Amino acid sequence: MANSKQMHRYGDHTDTEISGRVWKYGDNIDTDAIVPARHLNVSDPQELAAHCMEDWDPSFAKGVRAGDIIVAGANFGCGSSREHAPVAIKASGISCVIAATFARIFFRNAINIGLPILECPEAAAIQQGETVDVDLAAGTIHRVATGEVFQSTAYPPFMLELINAGGLIEYTRRRLHPEQSNG
Amino acid sequence: MQPVPMTMAQKILAAHADRPSVQVGELIDVRADMVLANDITAPLAIIEFAKLGVDRVFDQDRIALVPDHFAPNKDIKSAEQCKLMREFAKQYGIRNYFEVGRMGIEHALLPEQGLVLPGDVVVGADSHTCTYGAVGAFATGMGSTDIAVAMATGRAWMRVPATTRFVFHGELQPLVGGKDLILYTIGLIGVEGARYQAMEFVGPAIDTLSMDGRLTMANMAIEAGAKAGLFHVDATTEAYVQPRAKRPYQAYASDPDAEYDRVIEIDASQIEPQVSFPHLPSNAKGLSQVGDVRIDQAVIGSCTNGRWSDLVQAAEVLRGRQVHPDVRCIIIPGTQAIYLRAVQEGLAQVFVEAGAVFSTPTCGPCLGGYMGVLAAGERCISTTNRNFVGRMGHVDSEVYLAGPAIAAASAVLGRIGGPAEL
Ligand code: SF4
Repeated sequence: MANSKQMHRYGDHTDTEISGRVWKYGDNIDTDAIVPARHLNVSDPQELAAHCMEDWDPSFAKGVRAGDIIVAGANFGCGSSREHAPVAIKASGISCVIAATFARIFFRNAINIGLPILECPEAAAIQQGETVDVDLAAGTIHRVATGEVFQSTAYPPFMLELINAGGLIEYTRRRLHPEQSNG
Repeated sequence: MQPVPMTMAQKILAAHADRPSVQVGELIDVRADMVLANDITAPLAIIEFAKLGVDRVFDQDRIALVPDHFAPNKDIKSAEQCKLMREFAKQYGIRNYFEVGRMGIEHALLPEQGLVLPGDVVVGADSHTCTYGAVGAFATGMGSTDIAVAMATGRAWMRVPATTRFVFHGELQPLVGGKDLILYTIGLIGVEGARYQAMEFVGPAIDTLSMDGRLTMANMAIEAGAKAGLFHVDATTEAYVQPRAKRPYQAYASDPDAEYDRVIEIDASQIEPQVSFPHLPSNAKGLSQVGDVRIDQAVIGSCTNGRWSDLVQAAEVLRGRQVHPDVRCIIIPGTQAIYLRAVQEGLAQVFVEAGAVFSTPTCGPCLGGYMGVLAAGERCISTTNRNFVGRMGHVDSEVYLAGPAIAAASAVLGRIGGPAEL
């Protein structure tokens, strides 16, 4: 990897340029809104995705297309620790979640499972149905309708390592079994 | 060299990172003294654990697995989840697996069993893991993948949080307890008022607060977005912990000149019993401001208020009274030990004679699982910790959060109110 790439985020393991249609939500979207607890008796990502946002926005699970992007306000993913929430979002085809701020546990869960997330307060102005182009490596969000470009908060180096390893499991596996990894 | 002044959160984390000090904002790798998961979060963790390519857990005594959310199994899918966890516990020789009939709601059970101790770092795949801050542990919720890694390595990554200190002055009014203090505090700072932070609770009103009251407060630190909710270790803590602990522990205290993000002074003598309106825990109001709110159900229990003193408060209100004809009152002890004591000391009889349900420990209705799911348009007063949209059932149902005395009085009144109105 070139050195310059190290400065950025989401360098190695995903397509770093995304273009998608926006699903827009407000502040304090909690994990009960993302996956209601009554569906936590399963762990299968596709089953969870079928109920994603069900109580909050019944049109989401039916209407979401692969590559779409969620844009939300403050404290996205607050509430329970259920990893089922980012798992459901990822399995629903959402390519990236942008929020003004994230709740702590959701943030680490998303990083750990490899769901791209960007923190960017300005992006909360983006509306439902707009198209945005996201460059994950550069952390930039291009609002196509207005031409604005927002810069998201940069990740600390350790988190970049996790992200670039493809998540916490792969990162840990490489540390536990250095002999099996080729780089 | 002068030691760097630190908060108790920093001190505990530094000790578990084997470092003399840590700074706020630093990302560190810490040792965990206890690792926790339940029947909802363990299955995902077990799937991830299998990908790590290890053939044992880091320590068979330092993992706790508790089937409490949808157990006793509420349906076939839940039964499969519980079975997966049970088999994992057997396969890896995990000693702190608590079977139905011997279990409790995890955050009532672990402190009671002496599994979480002062100065510990505890990581749990459950957001209310922060409850153990009441005994002076740095305890925080994480996801299943984090817990998979912690089960394998005994370690977790963390960002050292800033601390906001809450100083509670004055003497508490009658009927005011830990639940009211924490609902009031969340009302004050909002559901993200302490996001990524440690909350530290101190002051004269805290010094006199019971262990149960402290557990209730620490439990809800997450509802302000916090990573941990911490109490200093004092004589009350020692009296609770000493007879239960099976391993040595160490108390850590914040240095007097430690740096805080904020210090918030609260006159606790002015706080009346609190009720949080739908759909956020921060919508807290004093009982006198509630108005006429009819209810269909009252739930007394959960990891927030399912402890012995909570049941005693509820029983004092319900003794010799009848639950309102239009209300279902559901009372759930936090653990088997509390359940047994309630039977032995006659509380179970009080509840049943009042026309309430008295059940084996389970999370059940708290997360809309079973044992009291709400229909459209129904209202519930609950001693639990979350009143999000759809939390206890239909998306058009409503949850009002309060302490046990208010919930019990409301069950009798058929509307939200206090014992004074009975
Ligand atoms: S009682 Fe409620 S809040 Fe507590 S662990 Fe169970 S589901 Fe979670």
